[in-house]
Amino acid sequence: MKLTLHIWRQKNPQDKGRFVTYHLDDADEDMSFLEMLDVLNQHLIEKGEEPVAFENDCREGICGMCGMMINGLAHGGMKGTTTCQLPLRHFKDGADITIEPWRSRAFPVMKDLIVDRSAFDRIIQAGGYISVNTGNAPDANTVLISRDTAELAMDYAECIGCGACVAACPNGASMLFMSAKIAHFSLLPQGQVEADKRVKAMVGQMQKEAFGACTNYTECEVACPKEISISAIARMNHDYLKAFWPGRAVGGGKHVA
Amino acid sequence: MDKSLGFYGSSVGKKMWMAVTGIIMFLFIFVHMIGNLQIYIGPEALNRYGHFLHSIPEILWPVRIILLLCVLVHIVAAVQVWLQSYGARPVKYKIKKDPAVDYAARTMVWSGPIILLFIIFHLLHLTFGSVYQLHYTANGQIDVFRNVVSGFQHPGIAIIYIVANLLLGFHLYHGLWSLFQTLGVSHPRFNHWRRIFAIIFAYAIAIGNISIPVSVWAGWVH
Ligand code: SF4
Ligand code: FES
Repeated sequence: MKLTLHIWRQKNPQDKGRFVTYHLDDADEDMSFLEMLDVLNQHLIEKGEEPVAFENDCREGICGMCGMMINGLAHGGMKGTTTCQLPLRHFKDGADITIEPWRSRAFPVMKDLIVDRSAFDRIIQAGGYISVNTGNAPDANTVLISRDTAELAMDYAECIGCGACVAACPNGASMLFMSAKIAHFSLLPQGQVEADKRVKAMVGQMQKEAFGACTNYTECEVACPKEISISAIARMNHDYLKAFWPGRAVGGGKHVA
Repeated sequence: MDKSLGFYGSSVGKKMWMAVTGIIMFLFIFVHMIGNLQIYIGPEALNRYGHFLHSIPEILWPVRIILLLCVLVHIVAAVQVWLQSYGARPVKYKIKKDPAVDYAARTMVWSGPIILLFIIFHLLHLTFGSVYQLHYTANGQIDVFRNVVSGFQHPGIAIIYIVANLLLGFHLYHGLWSLFQTLGVSHPRFNHWRRIFAIIFAYAIAIGNISIPVSVWAGWVH
Protein backbone atom coordinates (compact mmCIF):
# COMPACT_ATOMS: atom_id res chain seq x y z
CA MET A 1 0.00 0.00 0.00
CA LYS A 2 1.02 3.61 -0.62
CA LEU A 3 1.18 6.17 2.17
CA THR A 4 1.94 9.88 2.40
CA LEU A 5 3.55 10.64 5.75
CA HIS A 6 3.89 14.08 7.31
CA ILE A 7 6.40 13.57 10.10
CA TRP A 8 7.65 16.02 12.69
CA ARG A 9 11.44 16.34 12.38
CA GLN A 10 13.42 18.09 15.09
CA LYS A 11 17.20 17.71 15.47
CA ASN A 12 17.44 18.38 19.20
CA PRO A 13 15.53 20.03 22.06
CA GLN A 14 16.69 23.50 20.91
CA ASP A 15 15.77 23.05 17.25
CA LYS A 16 12.49 24.66 16.17
CA GLY A 17 11.43 21.59 14.18
CA ARG A 18 9.20 21.24 11.13
CA PHE A 19 7.05 18.75 9.24
CA VAL A 20 8.66 16.79 6.40
CA THR A 21 6.58 14.84 3.89
CA TYR A 22 7.63 11.35 2.78
CA HIS A 23 6.03 9.05 0.22
CA LEU A 24 6.17 5.38 1.03
CA ASP A 25 5.24 2.93 -1.76
CA ASP A 26 6.15 -0.42 -0.23
CA ALA A 27 4.09 -0.44 2.96
CA ASP A 28 2.13 -3.60 3.64
CA GLU A 29 -1.18 -3.75 5.46
CA ASP A 30 0.12 -6.60 7.62
CA MET A 31 2.90 -4.40 8.98
CA SER A 32 2.62 -2.71 12.32
CA PHE A 33 2.94 1.06 12.43
CA LEU A 34 6.49 0.84 13.78
CA GLU A 35 7.50 -1.69 11.11
CA MET A 36 6.27 0.83 8.55
CA LEU A 37 8.53 3.45 10.15
CA ASP A 38 11.39 0.92 10.05
CA VAL A 39 10.88 0.54 6.30
CA LEU A 40 10.82 4.30 5.86
CA ASN A 41 14.00 4.64 7.92
CA GLN A 42 15.71 1.94 5.82
CA HIS A 43 15.00 4.03 2.71
CA LEU A 44 16.27 7.17 4.44
CA ILE A 45 19.48 5.43 5.51
CA GLU A 46 20.03 4.14 1.97
CA LYS A 47 19.64 7.70 0.69
CA GLY A 48 22.13 8.90 3.29
CA GLU A 49 19.48 10.84 5.24
CA GLU A 50 18.93 10.92 8.99
CA PRO A 51 16.33 8.27 10.00
CA VAL A 52 13.24 9.30 11.95
CA ALA A 53 13.92 8.92 15.67
CA PHE A 54 11.20 7.22 17.69
CA GLU A 55 11.22 5.30 20.95
CA ASN A 56 10.32 1.65 21.18
CA ASP A 57 11.33 -1.43 23.07
CA CYS A 58 8.89 -4.30 23.59
CA ARG A 59 6.75 -3.91 20.46
CA GLU A 60 4.05 -5.85 22.24
CA GLY A 61 2.22 -3.07 24.03
CA ILE A 62 3.73 -3.37 27.48
CA CYS A 63 6.68 -0.99 27.78
CA GLY A 64 4.91 2.26 27.01
CA MET A 65 7.69 3.82 24.93
CA CYS A 66 6.21 4.04 21.47
CA GLY A 67 3.64 6.79 21.99
CA MET A 68 3.06 9.28 19.18
CA MET A 69 0.21 11.36 17.87
CA ILE A 70 -1.14 9.85 14.65
CA ASN A 71 -3.65 11.95 12.72
CA GLY A 72 -4.63 13.74 15.90
CA LEU A 73 -5.20 10.61 17.97
CA ALA A 74 -2.80 9.19 20.55
CA HIS A 75 -1.39 5.82 19.43
CA GLY A 76 -3.51 6.18 16.28
CA GLY A 77 -6.85 5.91 18.05
CA MET A 78 -7.49 2.18 17.75
CA LYS A 79 -9.22 1.09 20.96
CA GLY A 80 -6.84 -0.31 23.56
CA THR A 81 -3.86 -0.36 21.20
CA THR A 82 -0.34 1.06 21.40
CA THR A 83 1.43 2.40 18.32
CA CYS A 84 3.60 -0.72 18.10
CA GLN A 85 0.48 -2.90 17.97
CA LEU A 86 -1.34 -0.72 15.48
CA PRO A 87 -1.71 -2.54 12.14
CA LEU A 88 -1.51 -0.60 8.87
CA ARG A 89 -4.80 -2.26 8.00
CA HIS A 90 -6.26 0.46 10.21
CA PHE A 91 -5.49 2.95 7.38
CA LYS A 92 -6.72 3.15 3.81
CA ASP A 93 -4.38 2.64 0.87
CA GLY A 94 -3.14 6.07 -0.23
CA ALA A 95 -3.85 7.59 3.19
CA ASP A 96 -2.30 10.83 4.41
CA ILE A 97 -0.86 10.31 7.89
CA THR A 98 0.41 13.09 10.13
CA ILE A 99 2.75 11.93 12.90
CA GLU A 100 3.68 14.23 15.78
CA PRO A 101 5.38 13.77 19.13
CA TRP A 102 3.39 14.20 22.38
CA ARG A 103 2.89 17.93 22.94
CA SER A 104 3.23 18.93 26.55
CA ARG A 105 5.43 21.38 28.40
CA ALA A 106 6.12 18.57 30.87
CA PHE A 107 7.33 16.30 28.02
CA PRO A 108 10.00 18.26 26.11
CA VAL A 109 10.78 16.92 22.63
CA MET A 110 14.29 15.43 22.54
CA LYS A 111 14.42 14.48 18.88
CA ASP A 112 11.79 13.94 16.16
CA LEU A 113 9.09 11.83 17.85
CA ILE A 114 10.95 11.21 21.11
CA VAL A 115 9.87 13.11 24.20
CA ASP A 116 11.34 13.11 27.70
CA ARG A 117 8.82 11.59 30.11
CA SER A 118 11.02 11.96 33.22
CA ALA A 119 8.24 14.01 34.84
CA PHE A 120 6.35 10.72 35.20
CA ASP A 121 9.37 9.14 36.90
CA ARG A 122 9.53 12.00 39.39
CA ILE A 123 5.85 11.52 40.23
CA ILE A 124 6.49 7.82 40.84
CA GLN A 125 9.59 8.60 42.93
CA ALA A 126 7.50 10.92 45.09
CA GLY A 127 5.27 8.10 46.32
CA GLY A 128 4.61 5.33 43.81
CA TYR A 129 6.06 2.59 45.95
CA ILE A 130 5.32 0.48 49.02
CA SER A 131 7.71 -0.39 51.84
CA VAL A 132 7.97 -4.09 52.59
CA ASN A 133 10.39 -6.26 54.51
CA THR A 134 12.64 -8.02 52.07
CA GLY A 135 13.76 -11.61 52.52
CA ASN A 136 11.94 -14.78 51.63
CA ALA A 137 8.78 -14.56 49.59
CA PRO A 138 5.80 -14.50 51.97
CA ASP A 139 3.65 -17.61 52.23
CA ALA A 140 0.73 -17.72 49.87
CA ASN A 141 -2.62 -16.41 51.10
CA THR A 142 -1.30 -14.82 54.28
CA VAL A 143 -2.82 -11.53 53.14
CA LEU A 144 -6.35 -12.12 51.92
CA ILE A 145 -7.63 -9.99 49.06
CA SER A 146 -11.00 -10.55 47.45
CA ARG A 147 -10.97 -11.52 43.83
CA ASP A 148 -12.88 -8.42 42.68
CA THR A 149 -10.47 -6.13 44.50
CA ALA A 150 -7.46 -7.93 43.09
CA GLU A 151 -8.89 -7.72 39.57
CA LEU A 152 -9.63 -4.00 39.89
CA ALA A 153 -6.16 -3.29 41.29
CA MET A 154 -4.72 -5.22 38.33
CA ASP A 155 -6.81 -3.11 35.92
CA TYR A 156 -5.18 0.01 37.33
CA ALA A 157 -1.76 -1.62 37.50
CA GLU A 158 -1.92 -2.13 33.75
CA CYS A 159 -0.83 1.49 33.13
CA ILE A 160 2.38 1.41 31.10
CA GLY A 161 3.30 5.07 31.63
CA CYS A 162 3.11 5.84 27.93
CA GLY A 163 1.87 9.40 28.39
CA ALA A 164 -1.04 9.16 25.94
CA CYS A 165 -3.39 10.49 28.62
CA VAL A 166 -1.34 13.68 28.95
CA ALA A 167 -0.92 13.95 25.19
CA ALA A 168 -4.63 13.57 24.50
CA CYS A 169 -5.87 15.78 27.35
CA PRO A 170 -6.89 19.23 26.10
CA ASN A 171 -5.52 20.52 29.42
CA GLY A 172 -2.31 18.49 29.29
CA ALA A 173 -3.14 16.99 32.70
CA SER A 174 -1.51 13.84 34.05
CA MET A 175 -4.37 12.71 36.26
CA LEU A 176 -5.08 9.35 34.63
CA PHE A 177 -1.47 8.17 34.88
CA MET A 178 -1.07 9.36 38.45
CA SER A 179 -4.43 8.06 39.59
CA ALA A 180 -3.85 4.64 38.00
CA LYS A 181 -0.74 4.28 40.16
CA ILE A 182 -2.42 5.61 43.31
CA ALA A 183 -5.64 3.61 42.85
CA HIS A 184 -3.67 0.43 42.30
CA PHE A 185 -1.97 0.80 45.71
CA SER A 186 -4.97 2.21 47.50
CA LEU A 187 -7.04 -0.89 46.74
CA LEU A 188 -4.56 -3.31 48.29
CA PRO A 189 -3.65 -3.83 51.96
CA GLN A 190 0.05 -3.40 51.16
CA GLY A 191 -0.65 0.13 49.99
CA GLN A 192 -2.43 1.30 53.13
CA VAL A 193 0.58 2.11 55.31
CA GLU A 194 1.71 5.03 53.16
CA ALA A 195 -1.70 5.80 51.65
CA ASP A 196 -2.13 9.38 52.88
CA LYS A 197 1.50 10.33 52.42
CA ARG A 198 1.50 8.84 48.92
CA VAL A 199 -1.45 10.72 47.49
CA LYS A 200 -0.25 14.02 49.00
CA ALA A 201 3.30 13.56 47.73
CA MET A 202 2.40 12.40 44.21
CA VAL A 203 -0.22 15.11 43.68
CA GLY A 204 2.26 17.63 45.12
CA GLN A 205 4.93 16.50 42.66
CA MET A 206 2.45 16.64 39.77
CA GLN A 207 1.79 20.23 40.76
CA LYS A 208 5.49 21.08 40.55
CA GLU A 209 5.78 19.60 37.06
CA ALA A 210 4.41 21.46 34.06
CA PHE A 211 1.17 19.46 33.73
CA GLY A 212 -2.18 21.14 33.26
CA ALA A 213 -5.21 20.77 35.51
CA CYS A 214 -7.97 18.21 34.99
CA THR A 215 -11.43 19.49 34.09
CA ASN A 216 -13.00 16.07 33.55
CA TYR A 217 -12.98 16.14 29.76
CA THR A 218 -12.51 12.32 29.87
CA GLU A 219 -10.35 12.44 26.76
CA CYS A 220 -7.61 10.45 28.59
CA GLU A 221 -9.84 7.43 29.12
CA VAL A 222 -10.55 7.17 25.39
CA ALA A 223 -6.88 7.59 24.45
CA CYS A 224 -5.41 5.17 27.00
CA PRO A 225 -4.07 2.04 25.26
CA LYS A 226 -4.67 0.11 28.49
CA GLU A 227 -8.23 1.42 28.78
CA ILE A 228 -7.71 2.70 32.32
CA SER A 229 -11.04 4.09 33.53
CA ILE A 230 -11.47 7.60 34.95
CA SER A 231 -12.84 5.82 38.03
CA ALA A 232 -9.13 5.75 38.97
CA ILE A 233 -9.19 9.55 39.08
CA ALA A 234 -12.29 9.54 41.28
CA ARG A 235 -10.60 7.08 43.64
CA MET A 236 -7.49 9.25 43.82
CA ASN A 237 -9.61 12.34 44.51
CA HIS A 238 -11.39 10.44 47.25
CA ASP A 239 -8.04 9.43 48.75
CA TYR A 240 -6.81 13.01 48.53
CA LEU A 241 -9.83 14.31 50.41
CA LYS A 242 -9.43 11.58 53.01
CA ALA A 243 -5.73 12.31 53.45
CA PHE A 244 -6.44 15.94 54.31
CA TRP A 245 -9.51 15.19 56.43
CA PRO A 246 -9.14 16.77 59.87
CA GLY A 247 -8.19 14.28 62.56
CA ARG A 248 -6.13 12.00 60.35
CA ALA A 249 -2.76 11.00 61.80
CA VAL A 250 0.23 12.75 60.24
CA GLY A 251 1.89 10.66 57.54
CA GLY A 252 -1.02 8.35 56.90
CA GLY A 253 -2.98 5.63 58.55
CA LYS A 254 -5.79 5.99 61.04
CA HIS A 255 -5.50 7.21 64.61
CA VAL A 256 -5.13 4.29 66.93
CA ALA A 257 -7.27 4.93 69.97
CA MET B 1 10.06 13.94 52.20
CA ASP B 2 6.65 15.52 52.27
CA LYS B 3 6.05 16.98 48.82
CA SER B 4 2.54 18.10 49.74
CA LEU B 5 1.60 21.70 49.03
CA GLY B 6 -1.39 21.67 51.34
CA PHE B 7 -4.96 20.93 50.35
CA TYR B 8 -5.57 24.02 48.24
CA GLY B 9 -2.04 24.00 46.80
CA SER B 10 -2.87 21.47 44.09
CA SER B 11 -5.38 21.65 41.27
CA VAL B 12 -7.07 18.61 42.85
CA GLY B 13 -7.84 20.61 46.01
CA LYS B 14 -8.85 23.71 44.06
CA LYS B 15 -11.32 21.70 42.04
CA MET B 16 -12.85 20.28 45.21
CA TRP B 17 -13.49 23.83 46.38
CA MET B 18 -15.06 24.53 43.01
CA ALA B 19 -17.26 21.47 43.35
CA VAL B 20 -18.45 22.32 46.86
CA THR B 21 -19.13 25.99 46.09
CA GLY B 22 -20.79 24.85 42.86
CA ILE B 23 -23.14 22.57 44.81
CA ILE B 24 -24.12 25.43 47.14
CA MET B 25 -24.77 27.77 44.22
CA PHE B 26 -26.71 25.07 42.41
CA LEU B 27 -28.94 24.51 45.46
CA PHE B 28 -29.61 28.23 45.60
CA ILE B 29 -30.38 28.40 41.89
CA PHE B 30 -32.77 25.49 42.20
CA VAL B 31 -34.69 26.97 45.14
CA HIS B 32 -34.65 30.36 43.41
CA MET B 33 -36.24 28.83 40.33
CA ILE B 34 -38.92 26.97 42.28
CA GLY B 35 -39.75 30.20 44.09
CA ASN B 36 -39.94 32.16 40.87
CA LEU B 37 -42.29 29.65 39.28
CA GLN B 38 -44.93 31.06 41.63
CA ILE B 39 -45.32 33.73 38.98
CA TYR B 40 -47.71 31.24 37.35
CA ILE B 41 -49.92 31.27 40.45
CA GLY B 42 -50.37 35.01 40.20
CA PRO B 43 -49.06 38.42 41.30
CA GLU B 44 -50.12 38.01 44.95
CA ALA B 45 -48.28 34.71 45.39
CA LEU B 46 -45.02 35.96 43.87
CA ASN B 47 -45.14 39.25 45.78
CA ARG B 48 -45.95 37.53 49.07
CA TYR B 49 -42.96 35.22 48.52
CA GLY B 50 -40.70 38.17 47.66
CA HIS B 51 -41.72 40.07 50.79
CA PHE B 52 -41.34 36.97 52.90
CA LEU B 53 -37.71 36.55 51.75
CA HIS B 54 -36.90 40.15 52.61
CA SER B 55 -38.70 40.08 55.95
CA ILE B 56 -36.03 38.03 57.80
CA PRO B 57 -32.67 39.82 57.52
CA GLU B 58 -31.15 37.25 59.90
CA ILE B 59 -31.51 34.70 57.08
CA LEU B 60 -31.30 36.97 54.06
CA TRP B 61 -27.89 38.41 54.84
CA PRO B 62 -26.07 35.21 55.83
CA VAL B 63 -27.38 33.61 52.63
CA ARG B 64 -26.21 36.56 50.55
CA ILE B 65 -22.77 36.54 52.18
CA ILE B 66 -22.34 32.78 51.76
CA LEU B 67 -23.35 33.01 48.11
CA LEU B 68 -20.97 35.89 47.49
CA LEU B 69 -18.13 33.92 49.08
CA CYS B 70 -19.04 30.87 46.97
CA VAL B 71 -18.98 32.96 43.80
CA LEU B 72 -15.58 34.40 44.73
CA VAL B 73 -13.99 31.05 45.62
CA HIS B 74 -15.48 29.38 42.53
CA ILE B 75 -14.05 32.08 40.27
CA VAL B 76 -10.62 32.40 41.89
CA ALA B 77 -10.12 28.62 41.80
CA ALA B 78 -11.41 28.43 38.21
CA VAL B 79 -8.96 31.10 37.06
CA GLN B 80 -6.07 29.36 38.83
CA VAL B 81 -6.98 25.98 37.36
CA TRP B 82 -7.36 27.51 33.91
CA LEU B 83 -3.98 29.28 34.16
CA GLN B 84 -2.29 26.00 35.07
CA SER B 85 -3.53 24.41 31.86
CA TYR B 86 -2.98 27.50 29.77
CA GLY B 87 0.79 27.04 29.69
CA ALA B 88 0.76 23.25 29.63
CA ARG B 89 0.89 22.88 25.84
CA PRO B 90 3.04 25.66 24.36
CA VAL B 91 3.42 23.92 20.98
CA LYS B 92 0.02 22.95 19.59
CA TYR B 93 -0.73 19.85 17.55
CA LYS B 94 -1.13 20.27 13.81
CA ILE B 95 -4.01 17.80 13.95
CA LYS B 96 -5.82 17.02 17.20
CA LYS B 97 -9.09 15.15 17.57
CA ASP B 98 -11.05 15.15 20.83
CA PRO B 99 -13.64 12.39 20.43
CA ALA B 100 -14.71 12.48 24.10
CA VAL B 101 -15.05 16.21 24.75
CA ASP B 102 -18.62 17.49 24.65
CA TYR B 103 -19.74 21.03 23.91
CA ALA B 104 -20.67 21.83 27.51
CA ALA B 105 -17.28 20.78 28.88
CA ARG B 106 -15.42 22.72 26.24
CA THR B 107 -17.36 25.93 26.86
CA MET B 108 -17.18 26.00 30.68
CA VAL B 109 -14.52 28.68 30.48
CA TRP B 110 -16.89 30.87 28.42
CA SER B 111 -20.23 30.04 29.98
CA GLY B 112 -18.84 30.83 33.46
CA PRO B 113 -17.80 34.47 32.89
CA ILE B 114 -20.93 35.16 30.81
CA ILE B 115 -23.13 33.82 33.61
CA LEU B 116 -21.23 36.06 36.04
CA LEU B 117 -21.94 39.11 33.86
CA PHE B 118 -25.57 38.03 33.67
CA ILE B 119 -25.84 37.74 37.48
CA ILE B 120 -24.54 41.30 37.80
CA PHE B 121 -27.05 42.46 35.19
CA HIS B 122 -29.84 40.50 36.91
CA LEU B 123 -29.08 42.19 40.26
CA LEU B 124 -28.94 45.63 38.62
CA HIS B 125 -32.22 44.91 36.88
CA LEU B 126 -34.39 43.43 39.61
CA THR B 127 -32.64 44.14 42.92
CA PHE B 128 -31.08 47.57 42.51
CA GLY B 129 -33.45 48.87 39.84
CA SER B 130 -30.70 50.57 37.88
CA VAL B 131 -31.87 49.27 34.49
CA TYR B 132 -35.51 50.35 34.81
CA GLN B 133 -37.26 52.18 37.60
CA LEU B 134 -38.68 49.53 39.99
CA HIS B 135 -42.46 49.34 40.49
CA TYR B 136 -44.04 49.46 43.94
CA THR B 137 -47.43 48.26 45.08
CA ALA B 138 -50.06 50.57 46.57
CA ASN B 139 -48.82 49.88 50.11
CA GLY B 140 -45.27 50.85 49.18
CA GLN B 141 -43.77 47.36 48.94
CA ILE B 142 -41.75 46.25 45.97
CA ASP B 143 -43.97 44.83 43.19
CA VAL B 144 -41.89 41.82 42.17
CA PHE B 145 -44.48 40.59 39.68
CA ARG B 146 -44.81 43.92 37.84
CA ASN B 147 -41.01 44.36 37.70
CA VAL B 148 -40.49 40.94 36.17
CA VAL B 149 -43.34 41.24 33.66
CA SER B 150 -42.57 44.78 32.54
CA GLY B 151 -38.87 43.90 32.29
CA PHE B 152 -39.46 40.85 30.11
CA GLN B 153 -41.80 42.80 27.85
CA HIS B 154 -38.65 44.40 26.46
CA PRO B 155 -37.45 41.82 23.90
CA GLY B 156 -33.81 42.71 24.53
CA ILE B 157 -34.09 41.97 28.25
CA ALA B 158 -35.97 38.73 27.60
CA ILE B 159 -33.28 37.59 25.16
CA ILE B 160 -30.52 38.30 27.69
CA TYR B 161 -32.32 36.13 30.26
CA ILE B 162 -32.98 33.35 27.78
CA VAL B 163 -29.41 33.19 26.45
CA ALA B 164 -27.90 33.37 29.95
CA ASN B 165 -30.08 30.53 31.18
CA LEU B 166 -29.22 28.40 28.15
CA LEU B 167 -25.56 28.85 29.04
CA LEU B 168 -26.36 28.09 32.68
CA GLY B 169 -27.93 24.86 31.49
CA PHE B 170 -24.74 23.93 29.62
CA HIS B 171 -22.59 24.92 32.60
CA LEU B 172 -24.68 22.69 34.87
CA TYR B 173 -24.71 19.83 32.35
CA HIS B 174 -20.94 19.51 32.78
CA GLY B 175 -20.65 20.82 36.35
CA LEU B 176 -23.31 18.63 37.94
CA TRP B 177 -21.67 15.54 36.49
CA SER B 178 -18.10 16.70 37.00
CA LEU B 179 -18.53 17.39 40.72
CA PHE B 180 -19.05 13.69 41.50
CA GLN B 181 -15.83 12.80 39.73
CA THR B 182 -13.94 15.63 41.44
CA LEU B 183 -15.18 14.72 44.91
CA GLY B 184 -14.40 11.07 44.28
CA VAL B 185 -18.00 9.85 44.29
CA SER B 186 -17.80 6.96 41.85
CA HIS B 187 -19.04 3.41 41.79
CA PRO B 188 -19.97 1.17 38.85
CA ARG B 189 -23.38 0.65 40.46
CA PHE B 190 -24.43 4.29 40.25
CA ASN B 191 -22.02 5.95 37.82
CA HIS B 192 -24.55 6.16 34.99
CA TRP B 193 -26.90 8.02 37.36
CA ARG B 194 -24.36 10.83 37.67
CA ARG B 195 -24.94 11.79 34.05
CA ILE B 196 -28.70 11.33 34.33
CA PHE B 197 -28.76 13.53 37.43
CA ALA B 198 -26.84 16.27 35.61
CA ILE B 199 -29.11 16.09 32.56
CA ILE B 200 -32.32 16.24 34.60
CA PHE B 201 -31.29 19.24 36.68
CA ALA B 202 -29.58 21.13 33.85
CA TYR B 203 -32.78 20.84 31.80
CA ALA B 204 -35.03 21.60 34.78
CA ILE B 205 -33.19 24.82 35.60
CA ALA B 206 -32.88 25.97 32.01
CA ILE B 207 -36.49 25.18 31.08
CA GLY B 208 -37.94 26.48 34.36
CA ASN B 209 -36.16 29.80 34.14
CA ILE B 210 -36.55 30.31 30.41
CA SER B 211 -40.26 29.56 30.59
CA ILE B 212 -40.83 32.85 32.45
CA PRO B 213 -39.62 35.35 29.82
CA VAL B 214 -41.20 33.17 27.13
CA SER B 215 -44.57 33.20 28.94
CA VAL B 216 -44.42 36.96 29.41
CA TRP B 217 -43.58 37.36 25.76
CA ALA B 218 -46.36 35.07 24.65
CA GLY B 219 -48.76 37.05 26.82
CA TRP B 220 -49.60 34.09 29.10
CA VAL B 221 -48.38 36.06 32.11
CA HIS B 222 -49.28 39.75 32.17
S1 SF4 C 1 -2.97 5.90 32.10
FE1 SF4 C 1 -3.04 4.92 30.07
S2 SF4 C 1 -2.52 6.61 28.67
FE2 SF4 C 1 -1.87 7.26 30.71
S3 SF4 C 1 0.27 6.64 30.89
FE3 SF4 C 1 -0.95 4.95 31.74
S4 SF4 C 1 -1.27 3.56 30.01
FE4 SF4 C 1 -0.57 5.49 29.11
S1 FES D 1 7.07 -0.53 21.98
FE1 FES D 1 6.54 -1.14 24.00
S2 FES D 1 4.48 -0.48 24.14
FE2 FES D 1 4.96 -0.06 22.07
